[in-house]
Amino acid sequence: MDDLRELYQSVILDHNKAPRNFGRLDDASREADGHNPICGDKLTVYLKLDDSGRIEDVRFDGVGCAISTASASLMTEFVKGKTLDEVGVAYERFHDLVTGPPSEPQKADDLGKLAVFAGVREYPMRVKCATLSWHTLNAALEQSPEPAKTE
Amino acid sequence: MTLDVERVRKDFPILSTEMRGKPLVFLDSAASAQKPHQVIDAMSRHYETSYANIHRGVYQLSQVSTEAYEGVREKVARFLGAADSREIVFTRNATEGVNLVAQSWGRNQLAPGDEILITEMEHHANIVPWQMLCEQTGATLRVCPFDDAGVLDVAAFESLLSERTRIAAFTHVSNALGTINPVKQLTALAQARGAIVLIDGAQAVPHLAVDVSDIGCDFYVMTAHKLFGPSGVGVLYGKLAQLEAMPPYQGGGDMIESVTFEKTTYAPVPHKFEAGTPAIADVIGLGAAIDYVEALGLDAIAAHEHTLLEYATKQLEAIPGLRIIGTAPDKAAVISFVLDFAHPHDVGTILDQQGIAVRTGHHCAQPVMDRYRVAATARASFSLYNHEADADALVTAIAAVRELFA
Repeated sequence: MDDLRELYQSVILDHNKAPRNFGRLDDASREADGHNPICGDKLTVYLKLDDSGRIEDVRFDGVGCAISTASASLMTEFVKGKTLDEVGVAYERFHDLVTGPPSEPQKADDLGKLAVFAGVREYPMRVKCATLSWHTLNAALEQSPEPAKTE
Repeated sequence: MTLDVERVRKDFPILSTEMRGKPLVFLDSAASAQKPHQVIDAMSRHYETSYANIHRGVYQLSQVSTEAYEGVREKVARFLGAADSREIVFTRNATEGVNLVAQSWGRNQLAPGDEILITEMEHHANIVPWQMLCEQTGATLRVCPFDDAGVLDVAAFESLLSERTRIAAFTHVSNALGTINPVKQLTALAQARGAIVLIDGAQAVPHLAVDVSDIGCDFYVMTAHKLFGPSGVGVLYGKLAQLEAMPPYQGGGDMIESVTFEKTTYAPVPHKFEAGTPAIADVIGLGAAIDYVEALGLDAIAAHEHTLLEYATKQLEAIPGLRIIGTAPDKAAVISFVLDFAHPHDVGTILDQQGIAVRTGHHCAQPVMDRYRVAATARASFSLYNHEADADALVTAIAAVRELFA
């Protein structure tokens, strides 16, 4: 069980059970769908940007595994109130956090609670679960008409 | 004859390895089976003592290699109950067998208004080639449903057949549900309406004795890797008259009689369908795999797996929040399930931590998942080398999933 707790940290289990910012955002200015064809996870990210280009509100909807649900939930908490540039940096940092070699643990002080996903790098098959919401957020920011895919 | 599973397990070197520090519990044979040393050794031996390209050299080594390769064709013919070894075509896998028939038979035969009948429980390999053929010819795809237990609706199958139905293609055993279909009955129904029949036997061949002559089907496809043989080799059985009437699937060496720039004539069946150098040592491996299962006895294998299926089903059913997807009375040892407290993907990771390999996902059968309104399931499949301790390990590990998530 100890190994599992490394991946399924209590923060992840909590956000899976009670996802934050969950459900439609009716006055969204942008939205995008994401799909992980390997496991069938599907989610939608809704965004509302303010006049200065900050993320004023963000929500997500959909079904997925614990890793993808918790990742989406924690992502919405993290990006709310941030500028697009700040989100872009976080996207890169998060990607490095979950895809880096297991032998080189990453410092993730700037990622706050998102650091709980560091254990994902030990499970290459689960990386796409953790990154689906971020890919989808990116698609919403770019207003890509195609659903975001992890493939 | 009963199966001595502890002795069988010693034949499979991989079963004594560890995964994540735990003894491997391999419950994913429906995706691909592990290999006994008899198969591994036969392939090594062929490379070490008998390997050369086939059907070419006049030298002795090529002749030895050719005889070994063609000997397996005869073995497969006996194994499947074919009347003639010329009815056995070696392919890359079962998927290629379906594609070969769809393209070689179908492109010349079908026209707008014609229909292809498949079922809702097919693997993508028995859906997509027919969809492609429909796009090419203007034919229409019809789909026979199954009920909540995963039993094919034979009455619907019968009513979907008409004089427009040119081919019916269905699975012998469902990879996602485990359902064993009444293939002899379905074949008779389709042929009575003038359709020809292709059966996907990829999941069936490792678990039950198959006799294509008794079934009466026109085509039957299988793959070696699910039968404890190597990947990269499959078999298409086709009735001689059907195969002879079909044009080649691919052009190249080995499939010709004579080639000039004006005109090329083709080799007789089955070589007409085997362009290029085939997977020679892998075919030898398939032969060794057939020897292996025949020595154990397919009836003994089926009985062993059925005992495991009942044992595991009973224990899994007792877990609150667990739902088994696919509960047909006539079923192979495949148990797809979902938990109301955890997603299949998380289940797969947690089981992996205990050294248990199960498949999670849509099992290349997305329409089956849609039918049950689930995105994915976890699937434990039991084979001749599994024992009750594997089922016990699975049940214990699901308890760990509950502890973490519930």
